[in-house]
Amino acid sequence: MEGTPLLSLVIWLPIVAGVLVLATGGDRNAPYARLVALIGAVAGLVVALPLYTAFDPMNAGMQFVERKPWIEMFNVHYYVGVDGISMLFLLLNSFTTVLVVIAGWKVIEKKVAQYMAAFLFMSGLMNGVFAALDGVLFYVFWEAMLIPMFLIIGVWGGPNRVYASIKFFLYTLLGSLLMLVAFIYLYNKSGGSFSIQDYYGLPLTMTEQVLIFLAFFTAFAVKVPMWPVHTWLPDAHVEAPTGGSVVLAAIMLKIGAYGFLRFSLPITPDASHHLAGFMIALSLIAVVYIGLVALVQADMKKLIAYSSISHMGFVTLGIFLFNAFGMEGALVQMISHGFISGALFLCVGVLYDRMHSRQIADYGGVVNRMPKFAAFFMLFAMANSGLPATSGFVGEFMVIMGTIKVNFWYAFLAASTLIFGAAYTLWMFKRVVFGAVANEEVEKLEDVSVREFLVLAVLAVAVLAMGLYPLPFTEVMHASVNNLLHHVAQSKLY
Amino acid sequence: MTSMQKLYLLIPLAPLAGSAIAGLFGWLIGRRASHWVTILGVAVSFFASLMVFRDVLDGNGFNGAVYTWLTSGETRFEVGFLIDRLSATMMMVVTFVSLMVHVYTIGYMQDDPGYSRFFSYISLFTFSMLMLVMSNNFVQLFFGWEAVGLVSYLLIGFWYTRPTAIYANLKAFLVNRVGDFGFLLGIGLVLAYFGTLDYAAVFAQAPMLAGHAIELIGGSPWSLMTVICILLFVGAMGKSAQFPLHVWLPDSMEGPTPISALIHAATMVTAGIFMVARMSPLYELSDTALSFVMVIGAITALFMGFLGMIQNDIKRVVAYSTLSQLGYMTVALGASAYSVAIFHLMTHAFFKALLFLAAGSVIIGMHHDQDIRNMGGLRKYMPITWITSLVGSLALIGTPFLSGFYSKDSIIEAVGLSHLPGSGFAYFAVVAGVFVTAFYSFRMYFLVFHGEERFGHPVDSHDHEGGKEDDEHGHGHHGKPHESPWVVTLPLVMLAIPSLVIGYLAIGPMLFGDYFGGAIYVAERHGAMEELAHEFHGAAAMALHALTTLPFWLALGGVAVSWFFYMKRPDIPAMLKERFALFYAVLERKYGFDDFNDWFFAGGARFLGRGLWKGGDVAVIDGVLVNGTARLVGRIAQVVRHFQSGYLYHYAFAMLVGVIVLMTWFV
Repeated sequence: MEGTPLLSLVIWLPIVAGVLVLATGGDRNAPYARLVALIGAVAGLVVALPLYTAFDPMNAGMQFVERKPWIEMFNVHYYVGVDGISMLFLLLNSFTTVLVVIAGWKVIEKKVAQYMAAFLFMSGLMNGVFAALDGVLFYVFWEAMLIPMFLIIGVWGGPNRVYASIKFFLYTLLGSLLMLVAFIYLYNKSGGSFSIQDYYGLPLTMTEQVLIFLAFFTAFAVKVPMWPVHTWLPDAHVEAPTGGSVVLAAIMLKIGAYGFLRFSLPITPDASHHLAGFMIALSLIAVVYIGLVALVQADMKKLIAYSSISHMGFVTLGIFLFNAFGMEGALVQMISHGFISGALFLCVGVLYDRMHSRQIADYGGVVNRMPKFAAFFMLFAMANSGLPATSGFVGEFMVIMGTIKVNFWYAFLAASTLIFGAAYTLWMFKRVVFGAVANEEVEKLEDVSVREFLVLAVLAVAVLAMGLYPLPFTEVMHASVNNLLHHVAQSKLY
Repeated sequence: MTSMQKLYLLIPLAPLAGSAIAGLFGWLIGRRASHWVTILGVAVSFFASLMVFRDVLDGNGFNGAVYTWLTSGETRFEVGFLIDRLSATMMMVVTFVSLMVHVYTIGYMQDDPGYSRFFSYISLFTFSMLMLVMSNNFVQLFFGWEAVGLVSYLLIGFWYTRPTAIYANLKAFLVNRVGDFGFLLGIGLVLAYFGTLDYAAVFAQAPMLAGHAIELIGGSPWSLMTVICILLFVGAMGKSAQFPLHVWLPDSMEGPTPISALIHAATMVTAGIFMVARMSPLYELSDTALSFVMVIGAITALFMGFLGMIQNDIKRVVAYSTLSQLGYMTVALGASAYSVAIFHLMTHAFFKALLFLAAGSVIIGMHHDQDIRNMGGLRKYMPITWITSLVGSLALIGTPFLSGFYSKDSIIEAVGLSHLPGSGFAYFAVVAGVFVTAFYSFRMYFLVFHGEERFGHPVDSHDHEGGKEDDEHGHGHHGKPHESPWVVTLPLVMLAIPSLVIGYLAIGPMLFGDYFGGAIYVAERHGAMEELAHEFHGAAAMALHALTTLPFWLALGGVAVSWFFYMKRPDIPAMLKERFALFYAVLERKYGFDDFNDWFFAGGARFLGRGLWKGGDVAVIDGVLVNGTARLVGRIAQVVRHFQSGYLYHYAFAMLVGVIVLMTWFV
């Protein structure tokens, strides 16, 4: 294995597979397109596995590093590597891609090759985002990954897909422009380097730090999304096809939070401390306000989208506590939310494929016809409510434990998710799944197919495993998180 | 790992395995195999608990980790067991009642399509409850705590097609979540100040932090211990259904009767009591918290008893009785009489499980009619159910020599000896509660088993919760009642035996010996138990002495009045109902808690949510900011596009103007 460009493989293999899928041609060859896509996705996951198995948890620095000059004129490098903060996301992403390909197997009938290829491209590009250690490279991956998602929503989406995809695109594009400005400033300031790690040691005044922080903030906050720049997400989710929603919720949202950890905190530690109160306030608003908003949604996907925002509030809250519980809790919450929100969107997809409705009011008594599905949905709903022994609990628990060390009342507000989270999730569950068969449409429902069963079962195992034994997930984070915390605690002012 | 440690592992895992097999493969292995595998699992667990209990009586114990769940920062969270007399006692009670309920379920659920699923759930419950009581740390406690809540949710909503059942289970879960919200914050404070969530380490440090104060509101300092204890107790208020978080328990009767006995009477609802007893080293450091606990318990004990007096649904009478008895246990905790609380928990588990299962037997006999107004004279048709119910009722009201007497009388005595603020009220409440308990218990007993046979012609005036027709089970015919099969009556008899004798046998060693040893800690200044020990001269003497005391006569009075009211002069309760219509209406509305919660909390949350959504997200953020920006850009474009007219002379003219402006500027 020594010398294998593992990360490049993880990034480019799905993209090459995507090209091959496109090469299968029109919908006449759809079966081949699916098969090639599945092989590509599985291969992508297989090559990503050594990232975990060969990872050295004691090493806080970057591992599997590759560095080659790319645009020498501007000192831009093809520079990739992972540490304990980013490594798990490449795995999560590769894992999710496999599920998404399987989930879209039968559902997508038009432009199959393009659909599958879009997901493979996106997978590779997002791996690139998590691995990039060069500002320009990061920016290129960051912008490039939007294109497949934009297409997925715009081409395979619902009736209002154009509004949603443009809203999504503009929102995120606006944010990222300021990030580019920040990179260029840092490039000049550092004497011509785009290496992110060079910025870590760069002394900056408070004004500089605050401005750079805010520039990054606009990019990342939109992506997370944090209140009040979250309104693109419910629209995007509602219009996106199931697979798009899954990737959006499971991976793409995490990139914003990851950005805070990779850029904002280490590059502008003083500004991060200075503005922590502001960030915590926004996070708590997300938890409480969005929790209440989720309660009254009539559309299942919107409800889960709002639930995502609320759960991501825990992530940003944990990050800006500057303690190990908070930060590791945030990371755990990100992974766990990847499983749970992905699973919930798949569950809604299973229903939507049969009934072509996402309205809660159109359902009722689904359990009578789909007991296996109801059992899975129950598990994921409970995980979304943060039930112990599911992954949903671990992150919330750690973040709440981290918060209470900082301020009791912050924790008080954060812990209200125990009530709101359960209320909106289980109330929806009650109206959709429980009860007598509500109408003839529900009467005609058929339980999950083998393919759907497999996808949900894999996620169920993941949710339970992470809930019962989260240690393997957190073990790999410790060194990098401690390193980051140590770094953030030191002032860069001069 | 020693063989004893393997046994500890076996105790929770055997029911879990049973649950998994019945739940995942019930469709494959069939109904009989499903009940056998789960019963086997629980039986293994019960006998292993017996062995552990004997081992613990020999003075052995265990406190250690099974595996490391999580590490973060300096803190290590483990899954582990603490086996001492307290947990061993709970394990015995839980597995015994669970085993009885498993057997009983064969008869009760025999026609139910969800047979395997039900067995899977109750075994899963047993596992969760065991994890809760065997835990040696707060995280696992919380895990068990929420897991039993989950199973309770699944079981209350077991008949998921009924609107009332799925309303009740959501309500139960959410109300419990309110409690858990406090509980988790309490755990958080423990971790923040003690740096660990391991019981032993926390208890060891507790005295050092006893004087510690924290500022929560403004500058006023609060004792850390008081805050922690009250927050933890909020969790107990949810789980053990203490006022004002009691509202979920009566509705939980929507679940099948076996789980009402197992979960909502004998075990899960006592988790809060167990938790406080387990935390005695913390509670002993805060008199404020103990007072709080005592007053909440006293309110629950008395006022929930009142509600039991007017219920007509047989299960709801027993449910309110359970609430009231949980209040008694809580009062005992507040009086620092932890051992008495656990003692009452144990006796109550037997006689209340008995009463619930007997009620279930009556329900089977009555072809799933639950309205006691439609019963009467059942003693002829259901002799075993009748006798065992009588035993349970007598035990419940505190008849001397029976189990309930010893535990309840000890509570009353202990409260009488407490000097904490609120103990006066608590004493009044628990003494008055004796009359109330006797009244509602025997009202039900007489109406069900004695008097005129009223079945066959159902009462027309169904109130909204009593006497609902059972759509899953109703066979439509109202034939003669009949005694239930042996699988139902055997557990009744098995539970009647400890209901009779366990108090007599156990009071001496359990309350006044050094039974709990280090498991329960009582501070010197809370000397109620010690004083009680001085007055104790053996179980028989205690019972004889009781004949001259007020509680005994109150209980007798309650029985007599209920007999007079419902057997002799049924016109009197009817007359009272009319005369005190307002008072009756207040009880009928359950003091208005449900209405208030529905209006204020459920309605308020939806109102706020809608307001924030429509007003915040849609109107302001999207309407003004997002689309507003888009419109602004559009509007500017509207103006700007005039510059691109496409006419050459426009451009030429603009160029000319530009050149002139530039020239004037520079020249």
